[in-house]
Amino acid sequence: MIKMRTLTAVMSGLLAATAATAVLAGGPVDEALIIDGETEITTRTAAPEGHPFDELISGWHYRTDETRALQADSFQNPGMLYVERGEEIWNTADGAAGKSCADCHGDASESMKGVGAAYPKWDAASNRPVNIELQIDACRKNNMQAEPYKFDAADQKALTTYIRHQSQGMPVGIDLSQGEMQSWWDNGKDLYYTRTGQLNLSCANCHEENNGNYIRADHLSQGNVNGFPTYRLKQSEMVSLHNRFRGCIRDTRAEFPAAFSDELMALEVYVTWRGTGLAVETPAVRQ
Amino acid sequence: MTKSLIYSLAVATMALGGTALAETIAPDAVEIVDMEVNASITGSAGNATDGRDAFADRKKGNCLACHANSDLKEQLFHGEVGPSLDGAADRWNEAQLRAIVIDSKQVFGEQTVMPGFYSLNVGINVAEDFKGTTILTAEEVEDVVAYLMTLKDN
Repeated sequence: MIKMRTLTAVMSGLLAATAATAVLAGGPVDEALIIDGETEITTRTAAPEGHPFDELISGWHYRTDETRALQADSFQNPGMLYVERGEEIWNTADGAAGKSCADCHGDASESMKGVGAAYPKWDAASNRPVNIELQIDACRKNNMQAEPYKFDAADQKALTTYIRHQSQGMPVGIDLSQGEMQSWWDNGKDLYYTRTGQLNLSCANCHEENNGNYIRADHLSQGNVNGFPTYRLKQSEMVSLHNRFRGCIRDTRAEFPAAFSDELMALEVYVTWRGTGLAVETPAVRQ
Repeated sequence: MTKSLIYSLAVATMALGGTALAETIAPDAVEIVDMEVNASITGSAGNATDGRDAFADRKKGNCLACHANSDLKEQLFHGEVGPSLDGAADRWNEAQLRAIVIDSKQVFGEQTVMPGFYSLNVGINVAEDFKGTTILTAEEVEDVVAYLMTLKDN
C-alpha cells in the first residue's frame, strides 16, 4: 500500500514535469480521513449560516497522497511526538507553586476533552478572547507562579498540541455570544478581506477566491484552522496558528502583527468560525 | 586606482543614472488611458530575453506562480490562478499588455487578484524593505512586455 502511494506520487511528479504547462488537476481529493482505521474525522461539512461557502473542506483534502497518509497513521504522524512531549509537560510541576497542569486538571483525556474545539473563547479577566496558548500562560502565571511561555517556545507548541489533541474528532464550534466576541469576529472579518503588502493580497484573494487552484506548486486550500498546531513538512516542525498567520502576511510583503496581538486574535476568532463543524485534526500534517 | 578617481567615476555613474531616470516615467505618473499605455515607460524598447528571465524569476515577476506558459515548460509547476499566457500576444496588443503589467486593477477592475507590478497603489502595512518600491522596475516592465509580445500561437 505504501509502495503504491509512493508510486502514485512519483507518477504524479513525472506527469507534472512532462506536462508542466497543462492545467494541473485542481480541487480537493474525494477521500475520507480515518485515523488508524478507527477515528473518522469530519473533513467536509455544510457551512454555517452567513458563510461565503456552501461546503467547508479541510486542508487535508488538498495535500498529496503521501502527506494525507502520514496524517491517517498516528504512528507515522510526526506531530504525535509533540503530543507525547505535551503529556510530559502536563504532568511535570513547574513554577514557584510547585504545581503541574495535572495537579489541578487531572487526566487531560477527560478534563480537556472538547476544550480545543471551543477555543478561542471570551475571557472576562483580560476583556478579550483567549486562545489555548494564552489560557496556558494565564494558568502558569496565576496558578503555577511560573513565567509565561515565549511565543513559539517548543514547550508552548507541545502543550498546546497536546491539549488540542484531546478534542481530535470533535467539531469546531466557538461561542460568539459571550462578552464582545461578536465585535472581535467583525474585526477579524475586516482583516480577512483587507489587502496587505506590496503584493496587495488579502486572505480572501487566495483562500476564498482561489482555493483548489495551484499557486506555483502550492495547492491553495480554504485556509481552515481545525488542524492547528500543524506539523509542516516544509519546516519539519510543529507550526502554531499565529506563526502561520504571520508567514502568510509576510509573503504579501507586509509587516506582520505580533503574535496574540488584537489583530491576530481577531483573525483567529473569525477564521476559526469559518471552520465551524469541521473536526479538530490536531496534529494535522501539511506540506 | 586613487580615491579621487573612484569618486569621479562614482559621480559620473550617478550622472548617467540620472540621465536615464529622467526619461523613465515614475509609477504615480504613468497614465493608463482606455486600458492602454502606448509608449514605453523607459523611453526605449524592452529586451525580450531579459523579460523571459524576469517573468520566471520568483523575486521579480514570478509570473509562473499564477500563469501557465508553454514557452517556459522547462520550469516545473505553473500556477492556475490566472489564465494561461500562451498566445497572449494574439489576444492583447503591446499597449494593453503594458497597462496590465503596470496596474491590472485599472484594466480588469479593483477586484482582480493580480498585483500591479509598477504601481504604488498597494496593500496596507508594506514591509520596510519594499516601502515606496514597485515589484518590477520600469526597465523590467518593458522587458516583460517585450517578452509577452513573443508569446504567439499563430
